[in-house]
Amino acid sequence: MARENMHIGGAAAFADDRLDVGIPVANALIAAGKPAALFYENLAERTLALAHRELRKDPMKGYTPDLCGFVSPVLRRCVENGVPVIGNFGAANPMGAAMRLHQLAKELGVKGLRVAVVEGDDLRDVIREVGTEQWGDEDPIDLGNTEILAANAYLGAEPIADALDLEPHIVVTGRVTDSALALGPLMQHFGWKAGDWDKMAAGVLVGHLLECGAQVTGGYFADPGFKDVVGLADVGFPIAEVEEDGSFVITKPDGTGGVVNERTVKEQILYELDDPSNYLTPDVTLDISEVELQQVGPDRVRVSGVKGKAAPDTLKVTVSVDGGWLGEGEISYAGPNALARARLAAGILRERVDLLSLDCDLRTDLIGTVSIHDGDSGELTRSYDGEPLEVRVRAAANANDKETAWTVAREVQALYCNGPAGGGGVRRNITERVKTGSVLVARRDVMPRVSLVTEDNV
Amino acid sequence: MSKSLIEVPLHEIAHGRTGDKGDRLLLSVIPYDETGYVPIAEQVTESNMLEIFRHRGATEARRYDLPKLNAFNFVIENALQGGVNNSLNLDGHGKTLSFLALTMKVRVSPEVLVAAKEARSK
Repeated sequence: MARENMHIGGAAAFADDRLDVGIPVANALIAAGKPAALFYENLAERTLALAHRELRKDPMKGYTPDLCGFVSPVLRRCVENGVPVIGNFGAANPMGAAMRLHQLAKELGVKGLRVAVVEGDDLRDVIREVGTEQWGDEDPIDLGNTEILAANAYLGAEPIADALDLEPHIVVTGRVTDSALALGPLMQHFGWKAGDWDKMAAGVLVGHLLECGAQVTGGYFADPGFKDVVGLADVGFPIAEVEEDGSFVITKPDGTGGVVNERTVKEQILYELDDPSNYLTPDVTLDISEVELQQVGPDRVRVSGVKGKAAPDTLKVTVSVDGGWLGEGEISYAGPNALARARLAAGILRERVDLLSLDCDLRTDLIGTVSIHDGDSGELTRSYDGEPLEVRVRAAANANDKETAWTVAREVQALYCNGPAGGGGVRRNITERVKTGSVLVARRDVMPRVSLVTEDNV
Repeated sequence: MSKSLIEVPLHEIAHGRTGDKGDRLLLSVIPYDETGYVPIAEQVTESNMLEIFRHRGATEARRYDLPKLNAFNFVIENALQGGVNNSLNLDGHGKTLSFLALTMKVRVSPEVLVAAKEARSK
């Protein structure tokens, strides 16, 4: 007998996403009454490295800082209605996140919480010993003597499907592929497995389309007069209604803002995609070149025709090491001759970095002319011949040490009294940077583990 | 024939989105209307795209054609000046760069331009 359709909702695209958007998605999943799962994607390479730094300072931290902000608005309804919540919000410390979620349940008076934890992605202690291969043609990251902040393998969907067999209310993971957060529940529900390549590929495509949240429902899309979108302040996050054969409809909760059409879906299908015929994941290799899209109703696009083939033998591991410091400072010039004063200020900053013999890479921008599209050489900025009403000078410097980065930022502030006429509105900032690179490891060197944390064993 | 062609920014007949993987920029170019596919295939070539990003140090552009989706996918190497973890650019991800690609000039017939405008307003 054919299995019932499954509905998957995506409620976060990154660690800093809106915290209230899961509510309408959870409500729509519950109202539809189908088997369902709600997932939160909270990890980027940099976010994970920062989480490891937090964990080192405090063994109870290292998960997504807004964990409770994301989960608390939906926890009670999802628990009461049997909609599992799945998230990579465990980051560097999935077990720590499970403990915090139990504490949250207590605070909210939600009883009998079951949290499944997926671990085994963290290879920091063994990465120097296991054999690694270079990933693609990227410059290999030097594992020599540098301190490794983080080394996490991208796990696939299988451990998430296994975790769901334990009938949890929440599944917490660390590093898994973003798409695994959707494929996991689909594998568990439909019984899809390695070998069912077209269906596995469909499940990955569901995840790929949902993992960036509003990017498939009108976010990162609007271009007034060209691609108009209404209601981005309450943009609805996406839901996929998936059939057993792997075809699915992308939609969003009724009454929310945004739009789902062939254009929003196309932009998101191709988002961060390299070769469309060979999209590698730990679960399956996808070919999306023959995918068909069809608008089947308002805010409803049907997706079919994705093909799959065997997954690669190796798993990708992202390794993070210390990346020095970024120092930034900005100051504005406005009104008559603003551009000339801004150019003078940028020149002074360059001279100061030389005079002080600061060991750093410096870039200056004239924001309001051409800046963000320009390269570090400033070629486009030099040839700019407009006369803007306001120009904001920005200096940015990479340095090995904090003090040098701060000195560059400080030099921008010193322009108040020492620079061109009428400079104002200084802001300064320094940021600790993380350098990341990727290597490949054999599957046998990565062992995913699944465990269940109940009220009794907290 | 060529006399009736009009030069417009790519932005008039196509939309797109950028993403990043390290120092590699991934960029989609999607015609608003199917009639835009051929002129884009002919003019938005790998070498023209590389030229748009040359001032940022880009070294290679590859194009994947997706006639069934009516879209193109570009992979541009070393366009992000180190990528999000190392770039000194305000936009280390290259999020804004689809709109740099869309400044490329293309020559199209009035019919292609009208079809794009009609598709946009749907």
